Amino acid sequence: MSALLEVEDLTVTFSTKNGPLDVVDGLSFTLEQGASLGIVGESGSGKSMTSLAVMGLLPPTASLRGRVALDGTDLTALPESKVRRLRGDRMAMIFQDPLSSLNPYYTVGMQIEEAYRAHRTGVTRRQARKVAIEAMERVHIADAARRVDHYPHQFSGGMRQRVMIAMALSTEPDLLIADEPTTALDVTVQAQILDLLQEVRRETGTALILISHDLAVVSEIAEDVVVMRHGVSVEQAPAERLFSDPRHPYTRALLDAVPRIDDEIGELRLVDRSIDAVGGKP
Amino acid sequence: MVRFLATRLAGMVGVLFLVVLFTYAIFFALSPDPAVQICGKNCTPELIDQIRTNLGLDRPFYEQFLGFLSGLFVGSTYGTGANAIDCAAPCLGYSFQTGQPVLEMFEQRFGVSATLAVGAAVLWLLMGVTGGLVAAIKRGTWFDRAATGAALGGVSIPNYVLALVLQYVLVVKLGWLPFPQAVPFGDDPGQWFLNFVMPWLVLAFTYASMYQRLTRANVVDTLDENFVRTARAKGLAPGLVWRRHALRPALTPVVTLFGMDFAGLLGGAIIIETVFGLNGVGKMAADSITKNDQPVIMGVTLVAAFLVIVGNVIVDIVYTTIDPRVRIGARA
Amino acid sequence: MTISMTTLEAETGGAPSIGVAPPARRQGVWHHLLRNRGAVLALSYIALVALMAVAAPLIVKVSGWGPYEFDQSAIDPNLGGLPIGPLGGISAEHWFGVEPGSGRDLFARIVYGARTSMLIALAATALTTLLGVVFGLLAGYHGGKVDQVVSRVMDFLMAFPALIFMIAILSALPASNRAPLLVLVISVFGWPYLARVVRGQTMTLAQREFVEAARASGASGWRIVLLEILPNLRSTIIVMTTLAVPGYIGTEAGLSFLGVGVVPPTPSWGQMIAQSMSWYAVDPMYFLIPGTFLFLLVLSFTVLGDRLKDVVDAGERR
Repeated sequence: MSALLEVEDLTVTFSTKNGPLDVVDGLSFTLEQGASLGIVGESGSGKSMTSLAVMGLLPPTASLRGRVALDGTDLTALPESKVRRLRGDRMAMIFQDPLSSLNPYYTVGMQIEEAYRAHRTGVTRRQARKVAIEAMERVHIADAARRVDHYPHQFSGGMRQRVMIAMALSTEPDLLIADEPTTALDVTVQAQILDLLQEVRRETGTALILISHDLAVVSEIAEDVVVMRHGVSVEQAPAERLFSDPRHPYTRALLDAVPRIDDEIGELRLVDRSIDAVGGKP
Repeated sequence: MVRFLATRLAGMVGVLFLVVLFTYAIFFALSPDPAVQICGKNCTPELIDQIRTNLGLDRPFYEQFLGFLSGLFVGSTYGTGANAIDCAAPCLGYSFQTGQPVLEMFEQRFGVSATLAVGAAVLWLLMGVTGGLVAAIKRGTWFDRAATGAALGGVSIPNYVLALVLQYVLVVKLGWLPFPQAVPFGDDPGQWFLNFVMPWLVLAFTYASMYQRLTRANVVDTLDENFVRTARAKGLAPGLVWRRHALRPALTPVVTLFGMDFAGLLGGAIIIETVFGLNGVGKMAADSITKNDQPVIMGVTLVAAFLVIVGNVIVDIVYTTIDPRVRIGARA
Repeated sequence: MTISMTTLEAETGGAPSIGVAPPARRQGVWHHLLRNRGAVLALSYIALVALMAVAAPLIVKVSGWGPYEFDQSAIDPNLGGLPIGPLGGISAEHWFGVEPGSGRDLFARIVYGARTSMLIALAATALTTLLGVVFGLLAGYHGGKVDQVVSRVMDFLMAFPALIFMIAILSALPASNRAPLLVLVISVFGWPYLARVVRGQTMTLAQREFVEAARASGASGWRIVLLEILPNLRSTIIVMTTLAVPGYIGTEAGLSFLGVGVVPPTPSWGQMIAQSMSWYAVDPMYFLIPGTFLFLLVLSFTVLGDRLKDVVDAGERR
């Protein structure tokens, strides 16, 4: 059985005023059906770009090389119209800031229905509405039948992210990409959302790619981890091994930099800029 | 929602009242004595006094102001006896120079200003909004650069300069249009229409430039919004993303601005009407200022303020209807 | 030419598009700006006009004719005062030709007209910025009653049909001291637009952590406002101000055009254009020359403001 997602030698290049810039450089990884992968790195490491590349959502100024195969089909070789049919249907994505990621002018119900109807033909309004309510219930939004007609600003941050998850799951995708889903949320709510993602995975068997700069978040959910820096994967390993026995100095530095409650009071260890796998790029 | 409307309307009345009071007070303090103007050549101080008493100009300020206010609702009478002048409600004042109630002067001229406003509005909405939309979609192409450049020029050139340039080129040099001649619509509809062509073009170009810039900026900004990214991530057809998620937020401010601009324009385009000799409300304002016909100046100021304030409120109401964040408020 | 301040506001997007950013490093902004061709051209022209304004008396000494001198020999009395010679009488004597009817040197009047435009625009900008920033800060930082009062005043001023009112007031007042009056009137109607934006951003900033930190360390209200909040508003203020200048220039020119601006014989580009209306068919230079100068000045400030805004916005996204 081929892997659900195969990324081979992915390179994303932006054309800038100072010449071409590779924000992702030769990245490769695979994701099996139902598995979970964490992509970890600092800002600018290329982790978000990777997810956009997989979804085919790169801005027009970017060019892509390499292979991205979903269930054996190379997405990079497909025309946009075909990719669009997969996008939101077989692979879905949720983003960091749920408030700005939802259109303030439309009800959440409408936005969930929209996601569903984009990929199913012959769906009546009533059927779509039922789907929306069910999706909201699945992510534990109370009083879903009434709140489906509410607007995004009427929800709290955590609830909004649940709405985004509901929206993404309404089409029962094989792959869910979550780009910094908890970064904009309170710590307590973070845990709830992570739990929800775990639950969803268990119940639906959806594969998950979780992108974060926060190691703690990744360690909770991911079975495998890719550590990125300056567009390059510096280390890839099953989560357990990575966290207990980090091999690359950068990974070690990242882990070291996380303050722990039992640390002695000293200086915060910053990631040393001199540790560099690729030539210096600030 | 109803409460919001009510407060808004109350606020509007309040502001309007203040504007009326303020304007009246300023002109009360500043304007030349109408009694002197009426008196004319063979004036004596006694005659002036008589006229003043006759017209009630010797009453204290608040009395005169209240008189003016009541005149707005029930009309008023100037003078007494055989020479009394009736000013029907709403009485905006009486011009002693032209011998007409200000309201009547308005009615005669409003048609011209309205024609000017409507014609220009149609043109500028078409040119400006479409120009901005296309420029935003085709960002960076020659069309974008040309349209944005033209718009930049359009907002920078004073409209009277543009008017003169246009007149010089179209009338004097190319002879495509005849010299503007004031004719009533009934006599010569063709000429009447031609009179408006250049004013429409000048007004439209000026406003279209502003709207092109605004539309383009809004669309570009909206396309960068996160919720547009989400819409794309859901796999929606590009047309749907565009119409449903991008256009509506982008164009809403444009629509509301249009409401304000149009309302303002109905109050008369002073400069354009003066330059082209159109007998509208704006020209009436300019003329009355040159001739120091104070009641007319007051009347024009009041009507213009009224239109702007009403336009403001309408725009606010429209905004509330469109934007659910305002309509519903947070956390139901 | 109506000060469509609402458009200005809409263009600068109130608070959102010019976000609240840490003060862009001065040299960073200048550096980027100077690499932009449009901005450089705009700045050059503005500098040129400023130079004309400042050095006016010297310049006319060089060109030969003052702005108030009549040269009867340059106009043809048989044609109603039309300038002799092509292009409105351009010659070695009169670099831009002469004014029909009066025979005054157009070049000198343009140079002195630059004074009017620049002086009034500068003064109006200074006053408007002062009022706008002060009231915006007051309303935004203190909130409550102070905010209510200031906001109502702003609503009131913005509801006024400014142009008509300005014309009316200026025409009602005696003709002396026109220039300061113009500045005053323009500023009174102009400051609310800046104040509104400053107020909005101050309110956002006042809730940020660094302000709380300053408060916690015992800083007084005024110190906080001046040292913490104001620097963060710098870019917004600069951009809005630059984009407002074309409006002031245009307003002064328009008011002069309508006859309520600076009193003749003081030259003003707007006034010259007004006078040129009677002559446009036979002496187009008379309106083209001041018209072009005016157009280019407004254009330069607009382009400069646009580029500044781009630089500031880009600096934020970093």
